[in-house]
Amino acid sequence: MSRSPQLGSARGHPSHEESPQPGSERVPLASEKGNPSHEKSYLNPGLPKPAPASDGLDAPYWQAAAEERLVMQHCRACGGWQWGPEWICHHCHSDDLVFDEVPRGGRIYSYERVWHPVHPALAEQGPYIVVLVEFPHHDGARMVGNLLGDPRQPVEIGASVQAAFEHHKHEDPAYTLVQWKLVGG
Amino acid sequence: MSRTLRGAGAIAGVGETTYYKRGQSPDAEFKLALMAVLAACEDAGISPKEVDGFASFSNDRSDPSRLANALGIHDLRFSNMQWGGGGGGGSAALAHAAAAVATGLAECVVVFRALAQGQFGRFGQGPRSNVVSGAGAYAVPYGLMSPAQSFAMKVVRFMHEHGVEQSALRAISLASYHHAQNNPRAVMHGRPLDEAKYDNSRWIVEPFHLFDCCLENDGAAAMIVVPADRAKDFDHPPVYVLSAVTGSHYRAGASVHNTPDYASSNFKTCVPRLYDMAQCKPGDVDVLQCYENFTGGVLMSIVEHGFCEPDGCNEFFVKENLLAPDGKLPANTSGGNLAECYMHGLELNIEAVRQIRGTSPNQVDGVDVSMVVSGPMVTPVSSSIFGSEATL
Repeated sequence: MSRSPQLGSARGHPSHEESPQPGSERVPLASEKGNPSHEKSYLNPGLPKPAPASDGLDAPYWQAAAEERLVMQHCRACGGWQWGPEWICHHCHSDDLVFDEVPRGGRIYSYERVWHPVHPALAEQGPYIVVLVEFPHHDGARMVGNLLGDPRQPVEIGASVQAAFEHHKHEDPAYTLVQWKLVGG
Repeated sequence: MSRTLRGAGAIAGVGETTYYKRGQSPDAEFKLALMAVLAACEDAGISPKEVDGFASFSNDRSDPSRLANALGIHDLRFSNMQWGGGGGGGSAALAHAAAAVATGLAECVVVFRALAQGQFGRFGQGPRSNVVSGAGAYAVPYGLMSPAQSFAMKVVRFMHEHGVEQSALRAISLASYHHAQNNPRAVMHGRPLDEAKYDNSRWIVEPFHLFDCCLENDGAAAMIVVPADRAKDFDHPPVYVLSAVTGSHYRAGASVHNTPDYASSNFKTCVPRLYDMAQCKPGDVDVLQCYENFTGGVLMSIVEHGFCEPDGCNEFFVKENLLAPDGKLPANTSGGNLAECYMHGLELNIEAVRQIRGTSPNQVDGVDVSMVVSGPMVTPVSSSIFGSEATL
């Protein structure tokens, strides 16, 4: 269960025109490229901005993130946890769900390094890493974010990560992304 | 009365337009749909006015009422759409058509898919909206938005759990391109692929190189399903629907990548029903068409359909095992979504029929049992098995 696939640019790639050798300097943060809001962000500005669903289902999550609290749904009937948000508990079908705070730490369940930009905002981005973070003590619920740091770094499944709140307070609408950094990294 | 679709429906005819690279079709998407239906009717030797039903998937834009109007159909009895995106509905639409003719809801149902990514949007691009909410709000702002990006983490996890090497994915791509070189209809005919070209191709998203990803195309495909008692009314050898099932496993549709059994192509609950209905087992399958959105989905599908142990992928997935006519499991013998055409997998069902008729460009000898896997990793998914007269 611990074997890791020989993926990606951890070992470099011989001919990818966009791919310098491994260990080359990190891609500058968007904020260092003149992001007008002067807020540090992992990805270049211009992607669709997240907003609470119009039906009100997940507004507490986005409010909590703005306050640097990490929450997910917790069932007051059976004690089960779930993510993403839904109107009833998938364990017991109660609708008595609250958004309760969870520890800001988890472990990497899976990841991917993206190279090909599929949105104009990412045209100059270069590679970036998406991680799927598992909360083993919360019914295995998972969250998605970016892994901060060198986008060409090797990624180890199972590694411990902690949340980092990336605020976009000057955007309209304002929002906060929950990013992840390696513990001790 | 036994409750099964086994052998209840037969394929009277199949039809395809020319397959074009995205944006190169001279015809509008709806015209492509009509042309595929007309071609299937010609193949069957029936009047298009005899068609009385339509079944499709992935929110096909060609509305059955408009099709019936354009074709002058007298008695439209069945218009059906499988919910769910991607190609996961290809064999499900076939199941619905077979169910319709088995129960007398209809007599002559066209299963079709028409797709002009030039006329409409591309699948491989992210949304252009200013704001995203709902499940997308937890993915798109992190740069997780295209199909390749949405599935890569499943494949990374599977490769991690089972020690799968990149060469296993490469073998799937090489086999599809190999078969396409014998198929003049294939978009990648005359564009062979070898190991070096694959290895040197750019990453789209690890672990997918360019050649691990499906094409983007314009075209249409159609197949005509009739009750089995009409199977021998046509000029071709009869082809029966032995099995067609759809579904997905526990919380496969959980948002924000929360499916508990995550590293899966989503076929684990479908497969027992597939083989039970067909009354066969993996060893009986002569040839496989397995939907390639991305090679990683093919790999997990082949495992979940019982052809290979999860820990045996590096040995099983070598090019020679996947080649017609003599490989252990000849797969994607038209070139499939990677190298023939991305017609949302319906071209795979048509190739499966050709294998039983004996008219594939990469014919396997004596095919009686011909399987199709539709749209791995989406939800719901579907699979089907076609059989020759000998299988009834």
